[in-house]
Amino acid sequence: MAVRTPSPIARSGFDRGSSQADASAPRPVKIMAADLSLFYGEKQALHGVTMNIAANQVTALIGPSGCGKSTFLRTLNRMNDIIPKTRITGAVTVDGRDIYTPGLDVVALRRRVGMVFQRSNPFPKSIFDNVAYGIRVNRMASSRGDLNHRVEQSLRRAALWDEAKDRLHESALSLSGGQQQRLCIARALAVEPEVLLMDEPASALDPIATQRIEELIYELKREYTIVIVTHNMQQAARVSDVTAFFWLGKLVEIGPTESLFTNPREKLTDDYVTGRFG
Amino acid sequence: MTATATTSLVRRSVNVVMLGLTAVCAAVTVAALLFILAYLLYQGGSSLNIAFFTKLPTPVGEAGGGMANALVGSAKLLALAAAIGIPLGFMAGLYIAEFASPMPAFALRYATDLLNGVPSIVIGIFAYTLVVLPMKHFSTLAGGVALAIMMIPVTVRGTEEFLRAVPASLREGSLALGAPKWMTIARVVVPAASRGILTTVLLGLARVAGETAPLLFTALNNRFWSRGWVEPTASLPVMIFTYAIAPYEDWVRQAWAAALVLLALVLAANIGARVLFRRPAATTS
Repeated sequence: MAVRTPSPIARSGFDRGSSQADASAPRPVKIMAADLSLFYGEKQALHGVTMNIAANQVTALIGPSGCGKSTFLRTLNRMNDIIPKTRITGAVTVDGRDIYTPGLDVVALRRRVGMVFQRSNPFPKSIFDNVAYGIRVNRMASSRGDLNHRVEQSLRRAALWDEAKDRLHESALSLSGGQQQRLCIARALAVEPEVLLMDEPASALDPIATQRIEELIYELKREYTIVIVTHNMQQAARVSDVTAFFWLGKLVEIGPTESLFTNPREKLTDDYVTGRFG
Repeated sequence: MTATATTSLVRRSVNVVMLGLTAVCAAVTVAALLFILAYLLYQGGSSLNIAFFTKLPTPVGEAGGGMANALVGSAKLLALAAAIGIPLGFMAGLYIAEFASPMPAFALRYATDLLNGVPSIVIGIFAYTLVVLPMKHFSTLAGGVALAIMMIPVTVRGTEEFLRAVPASLREGSLALGAPKWMTIARVVVPAASRGILTTVLLGLARVAGETAPLLFTALNNRFWSRGWVEPTASLPVMIFTYAIAPYEDWVRQAWAAALVLLALVLAANIGARVLFRRPAATTS
């Protein structure tokens, strides 16, 4: 049966000074979940998940539908708060600080821990206003010029600038599906988060748009800590450094992506990654 | 073999009869509107002239005159109804859709539906008690209040319905960017719902523009210009009522003309609302 496995990252702790190129090298812990359980009313969706997420790495969460991977992702910026009757036990810390402590500023947390959703959800506003939204809401721009600069930087980092620069004031809904998703990434980056949560960001996209998103994720991990939920195991294998396998609301196994896919410790993981179920 | 053929025949004849029946009913529905339009054009068109829009009504027996005061009166009544009813209804709808917990939301929604079902004459009596009795005279204000009360449920339900129709993903997108709830509502949810809300409100206004009963003992009527907001005022529906039942041929013709103008305005508002606030095609990818 599923057991909580301490991650190799947890064991290596705060060992800094590893080379950026080596994906399996230990990195400082950015997010830590300790014995985290979540209930929707009576139904328990997460069962005592304990997991460390390292900074400047891509951590992929995989598992069959309904296994709790998206729910877990949403506990990291408290997006589950807006669903009525949710309750959690255990703790989640970001940079060592408990984010479920009473009185914590959820709005400030969500600025630090940004999110990109499964279905691209641009606001029915212009491309510019979509990216500017978070900057304006958080009063980050000191002037009109600064705002323009930040919008441009965000669009560049999301690899959308070249396609969008001549149509910034057109409706965001005029963009293609893949462009809309990159716009949503740009919008999330605009508020300068430290962590980027991505909930199946490419599942509604065609292969070419998916590839662009994956390249983007690879670029972004130099500056951000990325946690990505994906249904697509090839995608997890391609983009992530660490993979966590969820099953029935439990964390079954977490480890360096390569070893989890080629040499999993748990039978369940093996069955899943080889396609015997799910 | 024969049994199958018979059932098939029965099935096909039932199909033909039912299809015919529904088509006839659909035609009758459209015909009612077309008939009203054509008859009003025929009866009222000939009495319609510039004087109708610019002159005051003339005393009995004197030819000519118009209903300029009634047009302005109706406009003022509607402006007042909009100014009172829309903000109230909008805020209440916002509360039900975004803030109220399920039980109060249910109660409020139910109360709104009941208010919507209150006969307009009863709303007239209510406005009479509320405004006319304390002020001791009929007024534009009283009529406006009566129409505003009729606007409230329409606006509440329209606002609530269209706010709820805003996809949860847009709210989440905004919250995930560190926007507080009120800002999410003000900057994302309400703008996304605004087309629908404006359409409902405009259709609601067009609807109450033709209300007569609540105005009979609130705004009453006035043969002259009504100054300010506290004098009795003429309005198109009440003018139509008064003139149509009068024994003077001249007045009856003017009533037809007024009915034509009222219908034209209401239709224009209806069509305008649908054209102006039509959703841009294909917004989903």
